[in-house]
Amino acid sequence: MTTWPILSVTTFLPLVGALIVYLSRGDDEAAQRNSRWIALWTTLITFAVSLILVARFDSSTADFQFVEKANWLATGITYHMGVDGISLPFVILTTALMPFCIIASWKVTSRVREYMMAFLILETLMVGTFSAIDLVLFYLFFEGGLIPMFLIIGVWGGPRRVYASFKFFLYTLLGSVLMLLAIMALYWNGNTTDIPTLMHTAVPRSLQTWAWLAFFASFAVKMPMWPVHTWLPDAHVEAPTAGSVILAAILLKMGGYGFLRFSLPMFPLASHDFAPLIFTLSTIAIIYTSLVAMMQEDMKKLIAYSSVAHMGFVTMGIFAGTMQGVAGGVFQMISHGIVSGALFLCVGIVYDRMHTREIAAYGGLVNRMPLYAMTFMIFTMANVGLPGTSGFVGEFMTLLGTFKTSIPTAFFASTGVILSACYALWLYRKVVFGALVKPSLMTIKDLTFRECVTLFPLIALTILFGVYPKPVLDMSAASVQQLVNNYNTAVTAVKAAALLQ
Amino acid sequence: MSFETAGYQLAPVVPELVLAVGSMALLMLGAYRGQGTTRAVTSLAVLLLIVVGVLEYLQPAGKQVTFGGSFIVDDFARFMKILALIGSAVTLLLSTEFLSDPSRRIFEYSILVLLSTLGMMVLISAGDLIMLYLGLELMSLALYVVAASNRDNAKSNEAGLKYFVLGALSSGMLLYGASLIYGFTGTVSFAGIAAAATTANVGLVFGLVFLLAGLCFKISAVPFHMWTPDVYEGAPTPVTAFFASAPKVAALAVFTRATLTAFPGIVPQWQQILVFVSIASMALGSFAAIGQTNIKRLMAYSSIGHMGFALVGLASGTVEGAQGVLMYIVIYVAMTLGSFSVILAMKRNGQAVEQISDFAGLSRTNPLLAFLFAMLLFSLAGIPPLAGFFAKWYVFVAAIKANLFTLAVIGVLTSVVGAYYYLAIVKTMYFDEPAGQVDPVRVEVRTVLAVAGLFNILFALFAGPVVSVASAAAKSLF
Repeated sequence: MTTWPILSVTTFLPLVGALIVYLSRGDDEAAQRNSRWIALWTTLITFAVSLILVARFDSSTADFQFVEKANWLATGITYHMGVDGISLPFVILTTALMPFCIIASWKVTSRVREYMMAFLILETLMVGTFSAIDLVLFYLFFEGGLIPMFLIIGVWGGPRRVYASFKFFLYTLLGSVLMLLAIMALYWNGNTTDIPTLMHTAVPRSLQTWAWLAFFASFAVKMPMWPVHTWLPDAHVEAPTAGSVILAAILLKMGGYGFLRFSLPMFPLASHDFAPLIFTLSTIAIIYTSLVAMMQEDMKKLIAYSSVAHMGFVTMGIFAGTMQGVAGGVFQMISHGIVSGALFLCVGIVYDRMHTREIAAYGGLVNRMPLYAMTFMIFTMANVGLPGTSGFVGEFMTLLGTFKTSIPTAFFASTGVILSACYALWLYRKVVFGALVKPSLMTIKDLTFRECVTLFPLIALTILFGVYPKPVLDMSAASVQQLVNNYNTAVTAVKAAALLQ
Repeated sequence: MSFETAGYQLAPVVPELVLAVGSMALLMLGAYRGQGTTRAVTSLAVLLLIVVGVLEYLQPAGKQVTFGGSFIVDDFARFMKILALIGSAVTLLLSTEFLSDPSRRIFEYSILVLLSTLGMMVLISAGDLIMLYLGLELMSLALYVVAASNRDNAKSNEAGLKYFVLGALSSGMLLYGASLIYGFTGTVSFAGIAAAATTANVGLVFGLVFLLAGLCFKISAVPFHMWTPDVYEGAPTPVTAFFASAPKVAALAVFTRATLTAFPGIVPQWQQILVFVSIASMALGSFAAIGQTNIKRLMAYSSIGHMGFALVGLASGTVEGAQGVLMYIVIYVAMTLGSFSVILAMKRNGQAVEQISDFAGLSRTNPLLAFLFAMLLFSLAGIPPLAGFFAKWYVFVAAIKANLFTLAVIGVLTSVVGAYYYLAIVKTMYFDEPAGQVDPVRVEVRTVLAVAGLFNILFALFAGPVVSVASAAAKSLF
């Protein structure tokens, strides 16, 4: 078996890269080039290391694997790392998308070293969030990610970056501090913050309710769920392209991951009690934000609202508490990570050329950018959930899973599929089709080699997972199965006890 | 009481004796050799503080009591004293530049800091109300003079005078409270009071309130905080750094010891006072700081807020709470000294700049300084993985265990409000256009900043040992 701490290496390798970037001084032009290459190689090596995780991962067990444990804060709080079938896909998603983000940022010219360092540090914190199995350690990574993201939005963002970065930071912090108190309450309940132990620690009903609400406050903001989603469009619009990609593809997933890791296994009864609330909020998110998306004039904002709608499917599926729903939720998050990341890259490509994201400023791009039109179409279709793309599998499974639990929710959520087609196709028509009449667009160039490198692998993944979702589903199957079983056992036990009385 | 020699050993007070004799010797040196010795006196004072710290560290483990129970040296006292000594020594280092100005070559400055530190050590070890008062006055009287040490500056004088008048008022209240407590329990020793005060009677509670009011003044907790912003702004910056660090350690230490060891029988009585004071301090510290434009004033409100957070731990009245206070104060001192070394480093053309707008674009002109300050600010806001998060973790975890949920919820919510103004400074440094070059930073300021900055960023790595020491120190109180 493994003798070297492979998970810690994956987590902290980007941090080492950031240090190397910091130490590599030199004259401006060369230093910038160096820091780009160092960052790219760091993320590539990290990705390679994380592939070893996949190769050695045993998907037949629901236990945590690659576990590392070391003393840390003396009192039941340890440095405890490990991944299971639910967290590993997110680790891979993170490490896989980072190189694309770095390549997409190749044209950033202001403060390149700091930019690359911020992204590398962010990667460490994101991977750490998904692989920490101690609550305090998790919180450390989860919350620490705010700092680099705040700077990324604020330093390299658009005109309203200050407003957006503050809103992002304070909104998320507000949710998280309440979760922090719940973590403390759990600590005293079980005298430890070890997640595997806490999963098997009984939590009193009243504490479950409060702790669930506190965790909900944090994850609902992060996810984001309606009505606490308003920071997301601002943050997306102002962030630089790679920042938007990270935000949509990975940071949002922390909310869903949190629900799967904490809410469902640790507070099954509260989760069951509050499921109607989640269903309601998810349905509103799916319908309302889809409608809002139709009214947008800014491309990034439209995709941001569509993200909120798609995350609605995830929360709905997770709290359905069925095998299909939860597995679908995991799959939908991975798929959305790839697709929304790619969509933001697509927007970034035309933004780099035209320096505007206004939908009205475009039209007829297909005439000059056939390659781009094709790429953008594939991702638009995946966003809509066309069968054959990864977007379909996730939406279908979550709807299927929810149908078993709550037919009205599934019914209303299904309308979201149609609505997403409306806004996504509308966007595509406005930007890509039509006559090329705008003089500014006459000289626009098609995808460069660098841009193809960032987009084509994502196309391959979107279609691969669309027709063959098995790798992701198999990886998470055992863990999801155990999660669903434990959840249903706890809920049934309480129902039976209630009947007896 | 018979004067048996066993109760009057001198071994436990050796560090204090060395400090007292040493500062007298330095006073002689300065008095006979004149103002030219300022530099030498300052260096020797730092050396003396280090020696005293080592002596304190070498004191045998466990609890020693001397002077008939009025002077206690236990793990708690040693922990706090070493911290206070570090705070004083570092502020003396930071003062060297201030003292090198020909018009301000006052060797008394270092002597006063030494005497004030001696007062702190007495205060931390106080085992009865008389020792408490002696320590408090020795500490404060020196501080009043130090606040006004920039003689030709009206603001500095105003700060000193204001601090003196309000400080005298608080001393009066404290004395009044102490006399009431003595009257109703018949003793001044903490152990004796604890034995007598098993039920709350009106007179005792009255005395307790006045005693706590006096102590709240020293840690600048709301509603006894009014002096803080003016004194912080008016006093010379190294002096402000001193006020914000070492005296806070001592005052918080005696606060902890007095409440936990003298009044364990009437916990609910002082708990509700502390809950109120703590909430008020956190709220005022967060909200009032938002409108500030002067960095020193902002740090004043920030320190008011931080004392509120530290009191959250104390309000829980448990071992965990005491441990939380200890963790909080260690991290607070490091963060504060780091932040003030940044403020001291902010000089343009030899002139100190104190407006927040002066920090604009610092990340371009002086990236390392800006980075370390940003990390300190995030830490003050309590964002993990920086040290400030662990400080908050330990006080709130104690409050949750003691079922003080309202306090904890209000506390974390105010910390979000507080995050806003720390972020505003980060924004100024990172998002705004540069306001001009900063003068080269002096070596001692750089050193302090580097040490404090690394402590702050890497705290998560060595948190374990610090927690163990703090835990042992907290247990020695119970």
